[in-house]
Amino acid sequence: MKTFVCIKYVPDTSEAEVKVNAAGDGVDSSRFSFDINDADNYAVEESVLIKEARGGSVTVVSIGPKESEVMIRMALAKGCDDAIRIEDRRIAAHDPLLVAKVLAAAIRGGGEFDLVLTGCMAADDGQMATGVALAEELGVAHAAMVKKVEVLDGKVKAYRELEGGLMEVVEIKLPAVLTIQTGINEPRYAPIRGIREAQKKELRVAGLDDLGVDAGAVDAGASGIVLEKLYIPEVVSKAEVIEGEPEEKAAKLAAILVKGGLV
Amino acid sequence: MDFTLSEAQQLIKQTVREFARKELAPIAAGLDREARFPQEIIEKMARLDLFALPYSEAYGGTGDGCLAYAIAVEEISRACASTGITYAAHCSIGTDPIYLFGTEAQKQRWVVPCARGEILAAFGLTEPEAGSDAGGTRTTAVLEGDRWVINGVKCFITNATRAGVAVITAVTEPGRGTAGISAFIVPTATPGFRVSPPYDKLGLRASDTAEIIMEDVRIPAENILGKPGEGFKQFMRVLDGGRISIGALSLGIAQACLDAALDYARERIQFGRPISKFQAIQFKLADMAMAVELSRLAVYKAAWLKDQGLPFTREASMAKLFASETAVRAALDAVQIFGGYGYMKEYPVERYLRDAKLMVIGEGTSEIQRLVIARELGC
Ligand SMILES: Cc1cc2nc3c(=O)[nH]c(=O)nc-3n(C[C@H](O)[C@H](O)[C@H](O)COP(=O)(O)OP(=O)(O)OC[C@H]3O[C@@H](n4cnc5c(N)ncnc54)[C@H](O)[C@@H]3O)c2cc1C
Repeated sequence: MKTFVCIKYVPDTSEAEVKVNAAGDGVDSSRFSFDINDADNYAVEESVLIKEARGGSVTVVSIGPKESEVMIRMALAKGCDDAIRIEDRRIAAHDPLLVAKVLAAAIRGGGEFDLVLTGCMAADDGQMATGVALAEELGVAHAAMVKKVEVLDGKVKAYRELEGGLMEVVEIKLPAVLTIQTGINEPRYAPIRGIREAQKKELRVAGLDDLGVDAGAVDAGASGIVLEKLYIPEVVSKAEVIEGEPEEKAAKLAAILVKGGLV
Repeated sequence: MDFTLSEAQQLIKQTVREFARKELAPIAAGLDREARFPQEIIEKMARLDLFALPYSEAYGGTGDGCLAYAIAVEEISRACASTGITYAAHCSIGTDPIYLFGTEAQKQRWVVPCARGEILAAFGLTEPEAGSDAGGTRTTAVLEGDRWVINGVKCFITNATRAGVAVITAVTEPGRGTAGISAFIVPTATPGFRVSPPYDKLGLRASDTAEIIMEDVRIPAENILGKPGEGFKQFMRVLDGGRISIGALSLGIAQACLDAALDYARERIQFGRPISKFQAIQFKLADMAMAVELSRLAVYKAAWLKDQGLPFTREASMAKLFASETAVRAALDAVQIFGGYGYMKEYPVERYLRDAKLMVIGEGTSEIQRLVIARELGC
């Protein structure tokens, strides 16, 4: 099994308050820690579990800054074999279709593959589109929101989590792309020896030119989306203080509840 | 000068933090309440190779060194200081003496299983009559043929009940003072080696502290560490390293106090606003954050010096003193910020306070640290 796992470096909103940068087009990262996107963490674990069960290798692919190498090394420490970090200022990173093009180029550059895993959703922009678009770019089948995987010979059985707790089971031919849902497994902690070994594993850095991608096809000009503004909505709290005698208050409150459809 | 942690150190910090937050933090209050030693956590830590951190690969370690280890102690203690002291005592006073002064055979026999976390180690220095004045050891060791015969009592020994091996100091040449003290590797299964029931402690209640009683404990002659008479010099060096551990442990507790106090101050509303908006509370938090940061610098620097093979006695002592007093102060202030809730077992800060107090006592009290620093200054 040759597996690729695509991971994204996102702000960790659990540790600090999110602030928008001065330009209004990104998150202020100065006081913020970034880490692997939650769902991607499960994708990494799943890729390593598949490798442990079926043999083969796992390559990590990520588009991100130099600082994201710590995150990539963590995936290597948990058992992935090598990695490509793509960094190129020209990539329109807010557009999942173009991001998918870049990821696809990196994966195709790695030769034959059986499986590509991504998280089902990125915690920062929440588009849920990259994995599916990636399948399209690679011209292979996909299953999204996968909560359980069984790898068979030449195909994979994917259990998809649908609304209302429904499970859909699909069998797809390999190669395929699966977008992994959180909770599919229990991500391991990297053992210290794994961290040691990860230092020796190959982490290649590539730009668009190295990948043979025409910048004009994936830059802001190629994107159908313009990121206008990022802002934190003002929190407005509206409270209505009901005045009057107890009976009057009760009557007013009841009227409000009925009107609001709450009773 | 470069203050950035190496990539490996950052990964270790992240891994241990995540482990501590998910596996340890949720059970820490219960462990304290029940005074239960978390054997399952120790096994998980062993699987993560945490006990291997400070040791070289030749002896079952990962070769990451003292700084990486100090970071691990900090992160573990941030969630559970009891587990922090189990870990710290095992590595830096239990295993380190053998790692530092053992023969090749002793290191293979004992450091390797300790680094793998297969057995726990303890260090028996303190005695009822020899605390701060650890040179006043009464325990004796007499060579009879090919055996050392040890008799004596050690008190307040961390990991005593759980340990597979204990390093014990004893007088081998009476009348020679500190030059007559030697250190021994004592397998705890040796006949005559007993431990008391565990102490009922103020804090660190989930750690194992007991008395060791040795009555005609016979160990092979080769179980002496180094040469006869070197024990005092050896444990002075061991304690230098141990102080980095206690500094790191203190730092973890102080950080936990800051985390809890800051969260609480932002949420607790009095007089119509969060108490974090009152300057009196802000100043406490600012002082706490500053002291935590400075403790971290001091502890990491001492650990870094040790990793570089540079002298670190003075820095280790300063780091231990500063970080431990910071932990106590931070815990007191955290309780204060929590008000009445802080006094209740339902909230974690009263535990932090009880745990923090050991930091200014163990491995040399604050008074003793000041003596060490003054001696280093040439007083
Ligand atoms: C939970 C716990 C775990 C421990 N674990 C271990 C362990 O694993 N191994 C081990 O060997 N020991 C261990 N100890 C023992 C610990 O190191 C000692 O308690 C400590 O060194 C102080 O010794 P003491 O208790 O005899 O106090 P004492 O030495 O009697 O000190 C009493 C007071 O007098 C002060 N004092 C003493 N001498 C001087 C002086 N010259 N100048 C000024 N003031 C002075 C002290 O600072 C202190 O305030 C542990 C203790 C505890 C509580």
